[in-house]
Amino acid sequence: MRGVMIAGVGMVKFGRSDATLSDLMSAASLLALRDAALGDRAVDGVVVANMGAARINRQTAIASALVDRLQLFPATAETVENGPASGSSAVKVGFQAVASGMADVVLVTGVEKMRAANNLEATDFVASMSHPEAEYIYGVTLPSLAGMFARAHMERFGVTRRHLALVAIKNHQNAMGNPYAHIQQPITMEGILESPEAVVNNPPIAEPLHLFDCCPVSDGAASIVLVSEEVAKGLGGPLVAVAGIGQGTDTHAVHEREEPTRLKAVEIAAERAFGMAGLTPDQIDVAELHDAFTILEIAESEAAGFFGRGEGHLALERGDTAIGGKLPINPSGGLKARGHPVGATGVAQIVELAWQLRGEADGRQVDGARCGFAVNFGGFGNNVVATVLRREDR
Amino acid sequence: MSGPGELEGLLRPPAMEMPPYPPKVITLASGEQMVVRQVEREEVPTLLEAIAPLLWVERDFYDIVSARLFAEMLAFKRYRVRDEYVLVGLIDGELAGIVNGRVVDAKTGMSYHTMTVRRGLRVGSHLFAAKMEYHIEHLGEEEVLIVAESPIGFRRWMIEYPLDKKHEVQHELGGVPSWVLTRDTYFGAKPRLVAGRRPVPEELLDGARTIRLPGDETVRRQVLGEKGVS
Repeated sequence: MRGVMIAGVGMVKFGRSDATLSDLMSAASLLALRDAALGDRAVDGVVVANMGAARINRQTAIASALVDRLQLFPATAETVENGPASGSSAVKVGFQAVASGMADVVLVTGVEKMRAANNLEATDFVASMSHPEAEYIYGVTLPSLAGMFARAHMERFGVTRRHLALVAIKNHQNAMGNPYAHIQQPITMEGILESPEAVVNNPPIAEPLHLFDCCPVSDGAASIVLVSEEVAKGLGGPLVAVAGIGQGTDTHAVHEREEPTRLKAVEIAAERAFGMAGLTPDQIDVAELHDAFTILEIAESEAAGFFGRGEGHLALERGDTAIGGKLPINPSGGLKARGHPVGATGVAQIVELAWQLRGEADGRQVDGARCGFAVNFGGFGNNVVATVLRREDR
Repeated sequence: MSGPGELEGLLRPPAMEMPPYPPKVITLASGEQMVVRQVEREEVPTLLEAIAPLLWVERDFYDIVSARLFAEMLAFKRYRVRDEYVLVGLIDGELAGIVNGRVVDAKTGMSYHTMTVRRGLRVGSHLFAAKMEYHIEHLGEEEVLIVAESPIGFRRWMIEYPLDKKHEVQHELGGVPSWVLTRDTYFGAKPRLVAGRRPVPEELLDGARTIRLPGDETVRRQVLGEKGVS
């Protein structure tokens, strides 16, 4: 298998955009291609991650549309849909193409334009990834699954609403340093939990999860250019390797899992990614975890092997996961504050890690970061992709 | 008619004595303290200046809300609307939002507009609640007639409270079928939607005596969510 490098990255500001889906993915792609400075070298393949364009934007075959829009003929084109893990799945497909020798240069772009739908439609669209007969039909939504998961964690491990609030406060603060973040608004414990007004400021969504425990609904796009080691040697700029990718799956219906507080697919994906990279969790300097709900950052930090089971909230409390801590998690602001355009999220995590490893994450840089790790969480944890990146010396 | 004074008397609607809205302070999610207070007529020009940049912002119907609010506040200042009031939310004296409405009669109030300048902190929700509090608890009315001009307003008022239909009544805002907040609905929603503490500490009240404006560009960027890279 050939080594695969990230030659270029780019993204547009997440949030609410008046741009079309095509404009969003084209803009992010052009930024990544410019960053890669490929010169005359052609793009061999394009992979686009997206979950809802067919339903929300009435647009299908969007990878072909991107090839046309950017005039990348005769590049191959694939659209990848894997729920909220579409982004990392697309990175994996691009990685496989380069690693196998089928392509030397692959553009991977994630895009979603969710704000075209109203909140009820967007919630329903995301809920459509739950089990159709065992969950969706009974009105299950992703916030409700996350609420039950959070409740189980609280009962079993002593996680409190204060711990969940700590995740939100940290990630909102991190996003203040990220100009691409959807939400750039610091929040405080007093404002969202302790003051009498907190009940209004931070209303319940799916108990015990409240408004500030949940990610926003976002538009956005992010893009990376993957190249072979051979091609990378001929390019300028810092080198970031895709050192490992792992994927894991679990039962579709959450209630069928042996232990409802265990994120088995995260464990498998992380183990495989670390195995491929030849690294261990304690060698990671910075992580981007899929905090669509605050409880998930805590639970994933344990399942990925960074902290013992039931100890993620204690690490958070100690400040281990803050920028400057032992393992900064979500310096970008995470899904919680950078935003969560579902198809774009997994690619945006890789963009952020590449910036971190290149020392270019102004305002939120983790000092001396050389190895990064991402978890992109599909469904409610039934299909997860983990990625390990490593900065390489020229 | 004997002179301009008499003519003015004919043009100006009759006014009733309205108890003042007692100021309160609300801790926002950011930890900032927002003082909610009533404004006097002489403060209206400052508020008009604040919303002028939004007259052409189509997003979330800011254009129609700001245009109507502009006219309503101007009418309040020039005595061309009956029994109107205006409340503002101020953070360190800086304008965060405006709400207004008027008294129809002793039993019925009418909500006009809710405009948030500082978005993302539920300022609009707090100010709308303050407006309902004024009608029900301080003016002693039985019901408030309400319509929404944007989907956000519909979610915040009609769904969150929730309001009842009173579609047989045309609201003054364009003759749109009205919805209504009753006393029962208000007190049912109060624990989860109406916040704030009184009395406001003197130093906070002092800081809120003069309305500071965030600046045209800041207002536009806050409303459009354009922080960060464009």
